[in-house]
Amino acid sequence: MSLITVKNLSLKYNADFVLRKINLKINSGEIVTIVGPNGSGKTSLLKAIIGAVPPSEGYIKLKPKLKIGYIPQRLNFDKTLPITVERFMTLTEKANKSTYMSALQTAGVAGLLKNQMSSLSGGQFQRILLARALLGSPEILILDEATQGLDQPGSAAFYRQIEQVRHNTGCAVLMISHDLHVVMSASDRVVCLNGHVCCEGTPSAVVSKPEYQELFGAGTDGALALYRHVHDHVHEHDNTSG
Amino acid sequence: MLDDFMTRATMAGIGVALTSAPLGCFVVWRRMAYFGEATAHAAMLGVALSLALQISIFGGALLVALIMSAVVTQLSGRNYATDTLLGVFAHSALAVGLVIVSLISGVRLDLMAYLFGDILAVSREDLTIIWGGVALIFALIAWRWVPLLITTLNEELAYAKGLNPRREQLILTLSLAITIAISIKVVGILLIAAMLIIPAAAARNFAKTPEAMVIITSIIGVSSAIIGLRGAYIFDTPAGPSIVCVTLVFFVVLSFTKSLIK
Repeated sequence: MSLITVKNLSLKYNADFVLRKINLKINSGEIVTIVGPNGSGKTSLLKAIIGAVPPSEGYIKLKPKLKIGYIPQRLNFDKTLPITVERFMTLTEKANKSTYMSALQTAGVAGLLKNQMSSLSGGQFQRILLARALLGSPEILILDEATQGLDQPGSAAFYRQIEQVRHNTGCAVLMISHDLHVVMSASDRVVCLNGHVCCEGTPSAVVSKPEYQELFGAGTDGALALYRHVHDHVHEHDNTSG
Repeated sequence: MLDDFMTRATMAGIGVALTSAPLGCFVVWRRMAYFGEATAHAAMLGVALSLALQISIFGGALLVALIMSAVVTQLSGRNYATDTLLGVFAHSALAVGLVIVSLISGVRLDLMAYLFGDILAVSREDLTIIWGGVALIFALIAWRWVPLLITTLNEELAYAKGLNPRREQLILTLSLAITIAISIKVVGILLIAAMLIIPAAAARNFAKTPEAMVIITSIIGVSSAIIGLRGAYIFDTPAGPSIVCVTLVFFVVLSFTKSLIK
């Protein structure tokens, strides 16, 4: 069965619809990316899925006892709260040292254990968040604009890491991002959102659709090709929408 | 042993320093300094009502502090920012409280005791209330420690863990109101916020984890209470302000040492 089923979801803030009649399914093991312009309701959709805002209409069904690994936007870790990487790793999950060390290794940041969270660079910080999300052996990783503040090579490296994690653990990934080119190349399926679902499908199918080009212009097609070499292995999934 | 007024004062000071430690850390982390101060000022209305109705000062102050924080939490984010609302309610409550107190004959002389504390007049009953408060707050914070920390770090992260940030906020608000109510007699309404903020701010310099920060804050708070009381006795200065002065010394020395090490 699907990990997450969104059925006829509408969200209203005050009287305004932010999301209208969204239908979406996330199956196990697939990487789904939601793209859309600012104010298109991407973050609202994720918030509804993790239960931070209740739906105005429709419903969201999660697989029973679904283990979610959530990676927020770059947290505002200001320096008022002292916390080491090691303490942060054990804060949300009960993990012993070998478990969190291997999670940090998977995320590529094993050497930062004693550092203060507030002293990390943007890329290191996001990898720590990734490692923390991996601790609970999630069935799905949910990323909310996880590469905000990273430059494009940094984002590309981060998404390669995500792809690698999916490859090793088989968990599904649901993410939203501004980094169209980078993120789409790592996805199995792209959902183009602008208050409603404009179009969805494989990255290459979506960029050629008129709805997508209306939102982002046709020029991104070339950029996608530029980054397509990142995606150099074959997936066995059915890539059409679920 | 508790027959000696100095012993009772010291026990009261230690109790208030201990409750203020974990809460003071959260006040610093969550930028609630003004919230704490405003709630403390509002407690003056509670004191005044308690005097007028001849009920327990502790109960009256607690009630008004709770109502105040509930109203501000409900109204904030609508047409006014939280600090504006706090400014309106806190200072109105303080003013109304002072006016009510002046209308009750015979208590005019006691006003200083509520504004700046009257730790040397702490009774056995006061001690029971203070240490009851210490136990209650320690139990609450220990029970919700990890959820409170996660909520403080990131609300979405908390939701994804199945926590309810509003509930955690409520627990902090409740604890803050209790702390303020039990601190009135020790440091007074005007200086409660100092006991919350200064030891935690001083501890931040050398803390590496949240837990370490609470422990260092407790040590600074308790030491300040003991040293401040001793100093007040020797130099014949007011006890509450003397304790706060010692916390300031800790803050200055630790911040200075930290900047030297760096």
